[in-house]
Amino acid sequence: MNRIRYMVEKEIRQLRRNPVLLRIMILAPIMQLILLSYAANYEVKNLNIAVVDGDHTTYSQRLVGKFRHLDNFNLTGYLSSDKKARQTLLAGDADLVLVIPPHFERDLEKAGSTTVQLLLNAIDGSKAGIANGYATAIIRDFSADILAETKVVSPGVVSQLTIENQYWYNPKLEYKTFMVPGVLFELLLLVGGLVSALNIVREKEIGTMEQLNVTPIRKHEFILGKSIPFVIVGLGLFTVGLLLGRFLFQIRIEGSVALMYVFALLFLILCVGLGLLISTLAENQQQALFVSFFVLVLFILLSGLFASTENMPVWAQWLNWLNPLKYIIEVGRNVMLKGSTFADVSRQFFVLGGMAVGLLLLASWRYRKTV
Amino acid sequence: MDAIIIENVSKSYGETPAVSAISLSIRPGELFGLIGPDGAGKTTLFKILVTLLLPDQGRATVAGYDVVKDYKALRQLVGYMPGRFSLYPDLSVQENLAFFATVFGTTIPENYPLIQEIYSQLEPFKDRRAGQLSGGMKQKLALCCALIHKPEVLFLDEPTTGVDAVSRKEFWDMLRKLNERGLTTLVSTPYMDEASRCDRVAFMQTGTVLAVDTPSAITNRFTKPLYAVRATDTYQLIQDLRLAPFTESCYAFGEFLHLTVKSAAVSDRQIDSYLLDNNHRNIKIHPIQPGIEDTFMALMTQPEPTA
Repeated sequence: MNRIRYMVEKEIRQLRRNPVLLRIMILAPIMQLILLSYAANYEVKNLNIAVVDGDHTTYSQRLVGKFRHLDNFNLTGYLSSDKKARQTLLAGDADLVLVIPPHFERDLEKAGSTTVQLLLNAIDGSKAGIANGYATAIIRDFSADILAETKVVSPGVVSQLTIENQYWYNPKLEYKTFMVPGVLFELLLLVGGLVSALNIVREKEIGTMEQLNVTPIRKHEFILGKSIPFVIVGLGLFTVGLLLGRFLFQIRIEGSVALMYVFALLFLILCVGLGLLISTLAENQQQALFVSFFVLVLFILLSGLFASTENMPVWAQWLNWLNPLKYIIEVGRNVMLKGSTFADVSRQFFVLGGMAVGLLLLASWRYRKTV
Repeated sequence: MDAIIIENVSKSYGETPAVSAISLSIRPGELFGLIGPDGAGKTTLFKILVTLLLPDQGRATVAGYDVVKDYKALRQLVGYMPGRFSLYPDLSVQENLAFFATVFGTTIPENYPLIQEIYSQLEPFKDRRAGQLSGGMKQKLALCCALIHKPEVLFLDEPTTGVDAVSRKEFWDMLRKLNERGLTTLVSTPYMDEASRCDRVAFMQTGTVLAVDTPSAITNRFTKPLYAVRATDTYQLIQDLRLAPFTESCYAFGEFLHLTVKSAAVSDRQIDSYLLDNNHRNIKIHPIQPGIEDTFMALMTQPEPTA
């Protein structure tokens, strides 16, 4: 017990003596939390729209006018032909082009229906999808207006289905509300996994690992002595993150804060286990850095932090079964935004617990082999 | 029983043998030197003895404990100072010492008498970071850390490599004092002049032991006449002497060459005339007593060790 306490004291002392690392460990994640939450944003604004108006009538003007008065769209101008439209898209001067055919007004009035064409730059598929959604909604809105004006029948008789959207758990559809809980745990992975791996590999590099190996220090004493400081730092960071989320981003924690901490602790233990495993595989800090970087990037990209995991291909979803970050981000979002209780996230708890135990066992088995 | 018993120990790294079938015994209370050039297998042998490496073959006991089976018990009993400085550079002198004391389940005051003499020299710097100490100071701190749990056997792997001549001498004086307290010590060094400070030495080369004996007995094995030779053109001198019919071997030792001749019948005048014939100037030749280095050189070139 004494040994573990002294190991922890030693680690904390060394950490304090390394003000640069300490500052980076605390400031970098906070910066990341703020930057990612603000900058990584899927709200699509300022879409450049160009129009090919083949009709030049009041109706076509009205339709174009609807695009003019919205935040999301930025009317760049009129184009004379379909050919110009394609060139504009190719040059990247417009994200979408609305093509209004000749006889637009006449067809609408006489036949009661017509078509318009939307050309979209779909290099960024999700952006194009959202742009399409916005544009379609505007056009539908326009068509409803026209319908109401031309039909003599009173609007009450028209059987029309309107959809009222109500957004739950993130009522303003704010992206940062979605990001903060995810980034919070991603940061723990960074501190718990990467920094701990580097720390242990450093002991190998400077030879103190060998020196420790000839002492009667027990394996669990070494592992605990190394893990506890990182768990403490991680929990401190987690607290800062929660406070930032609450007061800077105004995200109320719907669920239990204690539950959040239970999961943070569990996840940190898992991360330190991962760091330990990496440290037994790597000979020097360079190797450790590359291995951790590879693993972390994979975890982060697949985790659903940025893109929803349900839309990933099946094989990626299978890979994600092994991705601890996916589970913990689910927990973070559900507990923080939805107020999920332990019963709702017990599956994630056991999966993460199993992973933590597995990683620690694997790491201590590897550690023994390297002695 | 002997403090360290090594029986037929071998260890290879892949295809490369580092230690080949070494057998040695070191008596309790001995100050024993392992002498040999870099790559002779000294460090590998050390690592096997301090339970950091498993031997491929053979067995070894330290203080009566098997290095493989009883490694846990053994770790409490050995002090190990690796060749490279291996303490925490960002902890102070005192913190390093306290850390290793705690790891061994002891405290500094408990074993202070053992390290007092060495530590008293470090005491003025006890709050300095270990990384900022001079080379000699680092060695002293490492020695203190290796001694703080009062080991029965002390292993020092090249403790004086990279240390200045004065500190080296001091270090050996310290080792001798520790040894007088009955501490069995195994030291390795590539410096042959340090061999004479040991009770007994083993010469190692390419993973094998060439000879084991007391330093004086080792030099007594050198029976052939030895001359120190000097001339203006040292390079040409060594070339010519190696070609001479009377030469057994010839090596450079500082400003003189050490020339071993094949039999006592070869006189210095004979050498002198040979060198004059080869146009050497300022020739100086005088017979000398063989040192431990001469013996080692002779042993190295001998196909069969005489041990």
